[in-house]
Amino acid sequence: MALVLTEEQSMLRDSARGLISDKAPVSHLRSLRDSKDPTGFSKELWQSFAEMGFAGLLVPEEFGGSGLGYMEAGVVMEEIGRTLMPSPFLATSVVAASALNRGGNAAQKSEFLPRIASGSLLATLAIDEGAKHRPLQTALQAVRAGNGFKLSGAKALVVDGHVADLVIVAARTSGSAGEREGLTLFLVNPKAKGVSIERTIMVDAHNAARIELANVEVNADGVLGEVDQGADLLDGVLDIGRGAIAAEMVGLSDEVFNRTVEYLKNRKQFGKLIGEFQALQHRAAELYVDIEITRAATMKALQALDADVGKAASAVAVAKARAGTTATRAVQEGVQMHGGMGMTDQFDIGFFMKRARVCEELFGDANYHTEQLARARGY
Amino acid sequence: MSETETAELEQFRSETRAWLEANCPPEMRKPATSDADVFWGGRSAKFSSEPQRIWFERMRDKGWTVPDWPREYGGGGLSAAEHKVLRSEMARIGARPPLSSFGIWMLGPALLKYGNEAQKKEHLPKIAAGLIRWCQGYSEPNAGSDLASLQTRAESDGDDFVITGSKIWTSYANYADWIFCLVRTDPTAKKHDGISFILFDMTSKGVTTKPILLISGYSPFCETFFDGVRVPKSHVVGTVNRGWDVAKYLLQHERAMISGMGERGVGRPLGQIAADSVGTDAQGKLDDAMLRGQIAKFDVDEAALAACAERAVDLAKAGQAHPAFSSAMKFYGTELNKRRYEILMSAGGVDALEWESERSKQGARPRAWLRTKANSIEGGTSEVMLGIVAKRILDLPGA
Ligand SMILES: Cc1cc2nc3c(=O)[nH]c(=O)nc-3n(C[C@H](O)[C@H](O)[C@H](O)COP(=O)(O)OP(=O)(O)OC[C@H]3O[C@@H](n4cnc5c(N)ncnc54)[C@H](O)[C@@H]3O)c2cc1C
Ligand SMILES: Cc1cc2nc3c(=O)[nH]c(=O)nc-3n(C[C@H](O)[C@H](O)[C@H](O)COP(=O)(O)OP(=O)(O)OC[C@H]3O[C@@H](n4cnc5c(N)ncnc54)[C@H](O)[C@@H]3O)c2cc1C
Repeated sequence: MALVLTEEQSMLRDSARGLISDKAPVSHLRSLRDSKDPTGFSKELWQSFAEMGFAGLLVPEEFGGSGLGYMEAGVVMEEIGRTLMPSPFLATSVVAASALNRGGNAAQKSEFLPRIASGSLLATLAIDEGAKHRPLQTALQAVRAGNGFKLSGAKALVVDGHVADLVIVAARTSGSAGEREGLTLFLVNPKAKGVSIERTIMVDAHNAARIELANVEVNADGVLGEVDQGADLLDGVLDIGRGAIAAEMVGLSDEVFNRTVEYLKNRKQFGKLIGEFQALQHRAAELYVDIEITRAATMKALQALDADVGKAASAVAVAKARAGTTATRAVQEGVQMHGGMGMTDQFDIGFFMKRARVCEELFGDANYHTEQLARARGY
Repeated sequence: MSETETAELEQFRSETRAWLEANCPPEMRKPATSDADVFWGGRSAKFSSEPQRIWFERMRDKGWTVPDWPREYGGGGLSAAEHKVLRSEMARIGARPPLSSFGIWMLGPALLKYGNEAQKKEHLPKIAAGLIRWCQGYSEPNAGSDLASLQTRAESDGDDFVITGSKIWTSYANYADWIFCLVRTDPTAKKHDGISFILFDMTSKGVTTKPILLISGYSPFCETFFDGVRVPKSHVVGTVNRGWDVAKYLLQHERAMISGMGERGVGRPLGQIAADSVGTDAQGKLDDAMLRGQIAKFDVDEAALAACAERAVDLAKAGQAHPAFSSAMKFYGTELNKRRYEILMSAGGVDALEWESERSKQGARPRAWLRTKANSIEGGTSEVMLGIVAKRILDLPGA
């Protein structure tokens, strides 16, 4: 497979870009933030996403979706990254849809997937418990009780946690924190008794929540995949999410970069356009190279996921690690090269810096993924 | 791609895999250990080993020294997709290129685009068959990064040009059979407009070379002097005084090639090589956490660059490549290769410092380390590459 977009993928990009740049430029995020919008995204826009087939992009056609691949999901994520549009796309349409599609039984799939595709169900994955992403450290307890389980523990950084209709919770059914054995995924209704949800207002003004479970009952048909054997399913789903976030970060980096280069071509100091100074030219050129390399690595990862999710781990680790360092560099150079303007809230560039910081933590930062690659290579 | 095309490509893949399995000697399935272990071809070429000869001849007979050149010029006539399959199948078993040459990497592509039919017929098959070895006469003592200020003169005399001047840093000039050379044919024109691209035999009367010793202790390049060398005008490639176009086009190919130097993705992972000297802890991790981190970061960047190199080829085939993109790749690839060798030196510790011993294969590692420092100089320096990106891709003012 060539590492270039196909004609269909380019058309998808154009239609996503058309909708997003028209309806959700950065000012859209700004107004949601300033009005302290309780939902944190536009429901109307999410309906448009559903009508265009984006909400069910990864949902198979038999369940009312578009049946497209991870490369296509990445194409949409990249456009989302360009305007920082707050959207349930990542948590619902990429992560939760993949978890249900890959791990669900027939009943679970037909119950949830069509509703994801129609835009009527929001879902999310609750995984992290501590300050850093450590999936195997999952300690939230699920003990057998009657026909099902009782779940107790706490989760942090649950994307869209306060608006989700379905929360997929990673829990420990046996073993202890750090072990692969003993992880199980559960479908939890956030309205169930014992669930408490605190919306956390984050630096990037995107949705996130802390969730606490106190003896929450989930019966046997709420188990996603096999009891104790959830690690493989989780790995795959997380890798899909990581590939998608890497694509968002490529879009974000590229947009910051374009805005910065524009600024270099317009701002004058010392009687010259600041873009004439070689000190800035070379840094801009290095950043360009960095972004292009990260873009290729991200496409490679998405292609690897499309070929075989189970064999994509190293390619995904490379992409997410690169996306982290590249986006961090892009937003820092973006602010720096805008001088005092870059520091103002009135100017959009700071929004990119904030979102990049959150994307970096989501599903493992650059250090985490660099470590994964070292382990995979046996040193 | 249609289903039948895909099926044909799969067929090609399985045939290629089987052919490589049967024909690539095991000794040729690892990177060359030194320059002496690389086959460069040419009139005075010698094979350093029997497997090297076998591998070269088998690949040559299939046209696979230059797989994507047209068959009529000694190439393999492969399509872009087939060529990609061949490369990936060679990489899969770690097969090294059967023939390395400036003819393949640089002159060939320039001749295919700018050469006339007689020039293509004369030179391309000899490059493909490894019969003629070429060198590159671009740089001069006062024309390095500012190449277009070159002063070597070519004066018109009937059907000939008479060439006088000197070049420097001419790689392998003392081994090369022919040179592709930039000369000034119009000293009155603006500096980019009076240059021609010309080919001549290094045994021509008036050509002398003087090797220069590098910090690695090797002397792979020379000062090259031309004292009234007579060259037929028919040896000019492209139009007289328009040689800069040819020169720049060739540089794109040279830069793409240099960015790919270094044994990327083949052989043992760097972390395991380091483990030989540094050792591992109880969990099998490299017993030097900082070095391990450096290596892992390197591996991330190397894998990402490999994806980008693949994409650069795909973009070019799809007609979507920016012509200056090879400068971006050259910058990153060479800086990365320098990083690789800094890591190898650090990993090797004291053992990597031996310069003259059987044990150290005559200082192979430190010499290779020093050689990599030229990567970000030869073919245009890193600073010049960044300048090209700033100007031609980013369109920054005054760059
Ligand atoms: C939080 C904060 C507090 C401040 N407090 C004060 C204060 O109390 N009093 C006050 O007077 N000012 C204050 N400033 C202003 C500050 O001094 C300026 O922002 C600073 O001098 C940069 O000028 P600029 O913002 O116009 O950026 P510009 O000069 O437009 O610079 C934009 C970019 O171009 C680069 N650049 C400019 N010239 C060159 C060159 N020749 N070569 C290479 N690169 C170049 C810059 O490094 C920068 O990256 C403050 C700014 C901030 C952010
Ligand atoms: C191993 C090796 C093999 C080579 N093989 C060949 C060959 O086969 N044929 C051939 O023709 N040439 C060859 N070269 C020459 C090579 O192309 C030149 O060395 C190179 O172009 C740099 O020129 P220079 O050495 O004159 O350095 P200079 O141009 O003098 O550069 C000195 C320093 O100044 C910097 N600099 C220059 N201009 C700028 C600018 N505008 N902005 C910022 N920084 C700048 C450079 O980046 C460099 O760091 C080879 C060189 C090496 C090291």
